[in-house]
Amino acid sequence: MDITNLTLIETIEAIKAKKFSEEELNNAYLKKIAIINPKINAFLEIQKKSRGIPAAIKDVISTKGIVTTAGSKILSNFLPQYNATVIEKLLEQGVSVVGKTNCDEFAMGSSGENSAFGPVKNPWNLARITGGTSAGSAAAVASDMCVFALGSDTGGSIRQPSSLCGVVGLKPSYGRVSRNGLIPAVSSFDTIGPIAKCVADAGLILDWISGADGKDSNCSEIASPLRGLAMTSLRGAAATKQSVKGLKIGMPKEYFSEGLDLNVKKVIEDAIKKLESLGAEIVEVSLPHSEYALAAYYIINPSEISSNMGRFDGIRFGSGREDLGPEVKRRIMLGTFALSSGYYDDYYAKAAKIRTLIKQDFEKAFEKCDVIVGPVSPTTAWNLGEKIDDPLKMYLSDIYTISANLAGIPGLSVPCGFSEGLPVGLQIIGKYMDEETVLNVGEVYEQSTEWRKEKPNLSF
Amino acid sequence: MKIDVKHVAKLANLPLTPEEEEKYSEQLSAILGYFEKLNEVDTKEVEPTFNVTGQSNVMREDETASCLTQEKALSNAPKKKDGMFETKGVFEE
Repeated sequence: MDITNLTLIETIEAIKAKKFSEEELNNAYLKKIAIINPKINAFLEIQKKSRGIPAAIKDVISTKGIVTTAGSKILSNFLPQYNATVIEKLLEQGVSVVGKTNCDEFAMGSSGENSAFGPVKNPWNLARITGGTSAGSAAAVASDMCVFALGSDTGGSIRQPSSLCGVVGLKPSYGRVSRNGLIPAVSSFDTIGPIAKCVADAGLILDWISGADGKDSNCSEIASPLRGLAMTSLRGAAATKQSVKGLKIGMPKEYFSEGLDLNVKKVIEDAIKKLESLGAEIVEVSLPHSEYALAAYYIINPSEISSNMGRFDGIRFGSGREDLGPEVKRRIMLGTFALSSGYYDDYYAKAAKIRTLIKQDFEKAFEKCDVIVGPVSPTTAWNLGEKIDDPLKMYLSDIYTISANLAGIPGLSVPCGFSEGLPVGLQIIGKYMDEETVLNVGEVYEQSTEWRKEKPNLSF
Repeated sequence: MKIDVKHVAKLANLPLTPEEEEKYSEQLSAILGYFEKLNEVDTKEVEPTFNVTGQSNVMREDETASCLTQEKALSNAPKKKDGMFETKGVFEE
């Protein structure tokens, strides 16, 4: 038995049954990391004394006493003095940090190439990007270098690399998980969530990391109606239901038009047919303002970034601002401009109004359906370097993921097939704070297909 | 739309090389061109959304709690003096 093939739930059960010890578990993963990581560059920091269940943590999440760089040269020696809340919550469950994962600098990018420490390579094809920004986290799960990983999702940064690397990734509702200890990018979009080997694992991890801590004002009882009612067994009822019979699944026509790769489209349509054959009712819905989402997102994103990045002044931590990478500088410039005197109303305020319309689109669509499905990414993983000099082209690859961040709603990427040997992910978007239905649909789909069993060939 | 790159860089406290100024001037103009698309949408009657949770002024009890020690708070500072962060002077002598 290869221990590293097991899911989180299988690993926990195997340890309980004393099939192997935690030491054997960690040794198996550390051995795998030593062989595979040099080819993929998923980890920036490896904890050789890891004990407990080895998880890989995106390097924008603070880990006490473990260097946390956010993929940036300016934080190359930054040593957090406290753990992010999500880390404390994982430690309580017997999880350990096996390593910190590479990512686009300060979580800005769509390919995993914007790290000061070199790009992450896709385990399915080393000449391809992993997607971003939780690039190393997705690649580490895809190549079985950890039991699971945490990522952060500001505009698709969990879902898109999960899709392009063939693993499960969940962006929770905004406010479900505390951001305390997350190095902020876009404070009104940022979420922390799991990247896992199966949907049930993602549900369990979400259960572990959810809940108010008094350190994130947007993560509260009010923001989380499920909390207290079902949080201790978030998946309880749904997991036993195991059915999509009678469930209404919305297919937004805007997500299947121009710009979507035809092979990817076919894979997604087949996945939706599968859900229909499992008893779901497919209904057409419309998200009419979708075509404006990207522009609104890429105004609000740099605006909040330019403000958040103000803290990096080289006084309290980090080196000087001249050490920032090109994409970070570009966004600081764009955001500073969008917020500057005379332009605020035309850009930032306008984008915030479009955001309202996008949120309302979803609210109207969810009157007709329980979840919305579509592609995560318009294409599979592209070649390293292909879009690096064309920022607008890079931004356009986020077209199907950003809307969930604008609206604050949950989104899941589940492996649903391949196009020319590269993985494709099905996106399942849910109502605000309704991760339960999203996970249920994802799990029913996953269990009725064999895609999860496909693994990249790592015998290089 | 053309950005006054030098002015914006100054507002952003961002040191840019002349090459960067040229590159960003070009790239940001293209991105701003794309943003023009939003003018197609009439938003006169639309309220802006800044936060989806609708929360505001979240309060907690005013109680003291443990916090980082001075030593820990200073541990990542590139320059420190007499137990404080050292910065460049703000006022001329």
